[in-house]
Amino acid sequence: MLTSAKLIYFSSVSNNTHRFVEKLQLPESETARLPLHTQQETLQATEPYVLILPTYGANGGKGSVPKQVIKFLNVESNRRLLRGVIGAGNTNFHDSYCIAGDIVASKCNVPHLYRFELMGTTDDVSKVKKGLEEFWKQQSSLSAA
Amino acid sequence: MTTSVTTQTRTSLLDHVEAINWNRLPDEKDGEVWNRLVNNFWLPEKVPVSNDVQSWATLTEEEKTLTMRVFTGLTLLDTIQGTVGAVALIPHSLTQHEEAVLTNIAFMESVHAKSYSQIFSTLCSTKEIDDAFRWSRENPNLQRKAQIVMDYYHGDDGLKKRVASTILESFLFYSGFYLPMHWSSRAKLTNTADIIRLIIRDEAVHGYYIGYKYQRALEQETEERRQELKDYTYDLLFELYDNEVQYTADLYDGVGLTEDVKKFLHYNANKALMNLGYEAMFPSDVTDVNPAILSALSPNADENHDFFSGSGSSYVIGKAVETEDEDWDF
Repeated sequence: MLTSAKLIYFSSVSNNTHRFVEKLQLPESETARLPLHTQQETLQATEPYVLILPTYGANGGKGSVPKQVIKFLNVESNRRLLRGVIGAGNTNFHDSYCIAGDIVASKCNVPHLYRFELMGTTDDVSKVKKGLEEFWKQQSSLSAA
Repeated sequence: MTTSVTTQTRTSLLDHVEAINWNRLPDEKDGEVWNRLVNNFWLPEKVPVSNDVQSWATLTEEEKTLTMRVFTGLTLLDTIQGTVGAVALIPHSLTQHEEAVLTNIAFMESVHAKSYSQIFSTLCSTKEIDDAFRWSRENPNLQRKAQIVMDYYHGDDGLKKRVASTILESFLFYSGFYLPMHWSSRAKLTNTADIIRLIIRDEAVHGYYIGYKYQRALEQETEERRQELKDYTYDLLFELYDNEVQYTADLYDGVGLTEDVKKFLHYNANKALMNLGYEAMFPSDVTDVNPAILSALSPNADENHDFFSGSGSSYVIGKAVETEDEDWDF
């Protein structure tokens, strides 16, 4: 399925990341949620976007990127349009905190823009909202130059 | 309707007992969390706590007493959670697989409780250990926090039990967890801190899972009852918070750390609420945890790791991370 959303995210049935995205109050067309199950057809991005993905506290990074996100990023055009990553997690996981975001950022050579815990606080929401606005401004001036 | 072993024992009218089938998962979270807990399994005997003997000797008598009291307090909570809390949730399970996950949680809480005894036997004398356990029996604020939670565990409201359990896992431990993180940030008792970090990691999964199940169970309730439970959650958290502040003062006033610990309490109270699907309650000006403590908890949690928060120019794209994921095509 094609999507022109500028914010694409994965959230499991726990809906923590989904709640965070809802709190950003972006127009519906600007966000897209990856399918819950890997058997489902993944999304295909048509515009540059930022990816939000949670980390579920795996050991030393192994298996910490959700399979649904791997399936999505295995599509070459999805990797090409990825501009940045935002990680969700829990600091209780020590050096694995938001490690899935680190892994995707380093594999795809994009910045890990922000980290938040669980469904994010009001502070996280306003920082990300403002941060993304600035980020997209920078991106468009970069591509215009 | 499928009947689980626990409900079967309570209602003798049923004519069969259902065997658990892991090939049919009504809630995929059960399988996911089971696997995560099994992969996270650990035993304290694998951590070389004896390497902390020299470091222990550098602590003052007051610091040693504080540390032992903190650990007996944590032992008490793990004892409750292992033998009462997690077990009390089993009859309210939404799936048979949830029952199985709760047995894992109960066992790990008993492992946690035992690991403090291993730390004690490595670092302290029998008399010191006995004194610390006596303190945990006699401290009114510690006993009160245990009593508040135990009252709900002995009640019959499954949703309230889940709330109390999530608050215990995600909030009540942290007045204690603060201290080993404090020592670790000063390069003291670092092996002991490694054990505590393993416990902290487990509690995160437990709080997440029990909080998730609470939210699933809540979906089946009326709007009125949902509101009642939400009010109950904030009331219980406030009641426990007031008590926790006093308990923190009992422990930390002598070393002048009470205010620093309170920030850590606020920060974790917010996470307990989020695990239950509720909005954080404490504003950011009282959750600004000491960076040394945050860094002992998670080395990559500070603002320098965020592109949005820092000056973009100084930001370096993350270091390469070793992964063994097999499914990447590129």
